[in-house]
Amino acid sequence: MTTSDLPPALAQIQEDFLGLEQRDRLLLLLEFANELPELPLQYSEHPDLLERVVECQSPVFIFVEVDENGIVHLHATAPKEAPTTRGFASILVQGLAGLTVEEVLDVPDDYPNTIGLTEAVSPLRIRGMTALLGRTKRQIREKIAA
Amino acid sequence: MTVEVDSSAKFTEYAHPERLVSTDWLQAHLGTPGLVVVESDEDVLLYETGHIPGSVKIDWHTDLNDPVERDYIDGEGFAKLLGSKGITRDSTVVIYGDKNNWWAAYALWVFTLFGHEDVRLLDGGRAKWEAEGREYTTSVPTPAAVDYPVVERNDAPIRAYKDDVLAHFGNPLVDVRSPEEFSGERTTAPAYPEEGALRAGHIPSAQNVPWGKAAADDGTFRSLDELNSLYRDGAGLKDGDSVIAYCRIGERSSHTWFVLTHLLGFEGVRNYDGSWTEWGSAVRVPIVKGSEPGAVPAAR
Repeated sequence: MTTSDLPPALAQIQEDFLGLEQRDRLLLLLEFANELPELPLQYSEHPDLLERVVECQSPVFIFVEVDENGIVHLHATAPKEAPTTRGFASILVQGLAGLTVEEVLDVPDDYPNTIGLTEAVSPLRIRGMTALLGRTKRQIREKIAA
Repeated sequence: MTVEVDSSAKFTEYAHPERLVSTDWLQAHLGTPGLVVVESDEDVLLYETGHIPGSVKIDWHTDLNDPVERDYIDGEGFAKLLGSKGITRDSTVVIYGDKNNWWAAYALWVFTLFGHEDVRLLDGGRAKWEAEGREYTTSVPTPAAVDYPVVERNDAPIRAYKDDVLAHFGNPLVDVRSPEEFSGERTTAPAYPEEGALRAGHIPSAQNVPWGKAAADDGTFRSLDELNSLYRDGAGLKDGDSVIAYCRIGERSSHTWFVLTHLLGFEGVRNYDGSWTEWGSAVRVPIVKGSEPGAVPAAR
C-alpha cells in the first residue's frame, strides 16, 4: 500500500515524522504522548473493560468501541512514566479517529514501521505499536462478529 | 576515582559501597568537575520529559547496541559515544534510570565491558529523585566533545555466551525472570503476536530469583541482610561460586549482576545477555519446564 492509500490522518502523521531529523522525531512523539486524551469516565471507572497490551514493555490498556454508524473509537491509557507507549497510542487514537470498521481493518499492519521511528526509537520498541494496532483490529473483528 | 565517594552509612555494609550514590549526594555534587550524570531508561522518551539538571542521555538500544549484529558497540563506537557526551576515561559517571535502575544497571554493565573504572548507580534511580520532589529540567546539555580512548571490550570476565553456559553446568545459574516465564507458562493467547523465543521454560538447574526482589518499594537496593537471605539462603549461592545470571535479553540480569558483584561481593559473576531469547530458540540445548530448577543435564 502506498502512502496515498492510507487514511488521510495516518498519511499526514507519516509525512510529519518523515520530514524531521531523527532527534526531532522523538520530540514529535513526545508531543503525541502529551496529547493522549484521558479515558472517558465510563472506562476509567471500569478497568475490567480494558485490555492490556502485553507486548508493550509498559502497562498500556486499550478499549475499542464501534458505534451505530460503524465508526471506530479507540481509547487508550498508559502512565506518564511511559511516554513512548503513550505516544504510540496517541498516534493511533488520532490517526484512526473517525474511520469506519473497514478503513481501520485496511490499515497496513506494518504502518508503525513506516513512519520513520524504527531508528529513533528502535525496532524492538516499535513492536509495541504494532501490537496496539493488531489488538485494535482484533477487538473490532470480535465486535462485528458478535 | 575522581570525585569523592558517597560515605552514606547505608552503603558501608555492601562489598563495594563506592558503586552507589544517594540522591542527597548527587544533589550536592551536581556540577562537580569530573562528574558526568547519565540517564538510561527503558522508555526512550522519558529523558525528554524532564531529567536531572546537567545529565546526558544514553539509550541502551539506540546507543549501546550494535545496529546490525546482536552485540554491543565496539571500542571505536564506545569512544565516540562517550566522547560526545563529555565523558573522559577518568570521569566519574553516575547512572540513573527508570524501573528500579533496570536499564541504568545495564548501561553500567556495558561501561564495565569497556573497563570504565569509576561508574556508579544512583540508589533509587529516577523514581526516588522524583518522589523527593527534586529538580528536573528539559534543557539538554551540549557538552564539548572530549577524547575518550578506543578501548576494546573485554567480555570474558563479566559476559557469558551460550557455549559458556553449556560449559558452566554444575555451577550456579540464576534466572531473574518472573515465575511465569521461569516455569514456561504461556500467558499469550492465540492470534497475539509471538514472543521472541520458540520454546518456553528455563535453563536446567537455574534458581529463579526475580530481579526486582533486590529492590525495595522506593527503588533503592535492599539491605545486605535482605540480599543475603535472597541469594545465599534462598538461591543457595556460596562464597567462591562462579555464577551466571540471565533473563530475556540480559537487561534485568544486569541488575542482578550489579547486586551480586558490587553489593554482595561475589567475584567472576557473568551476565548471559543472549538469555532466553537465544536459549529458548537455540537448537539442541536442554530446557526444563515447571517451577523446579531441574537436574544438571548430562553432557551431550
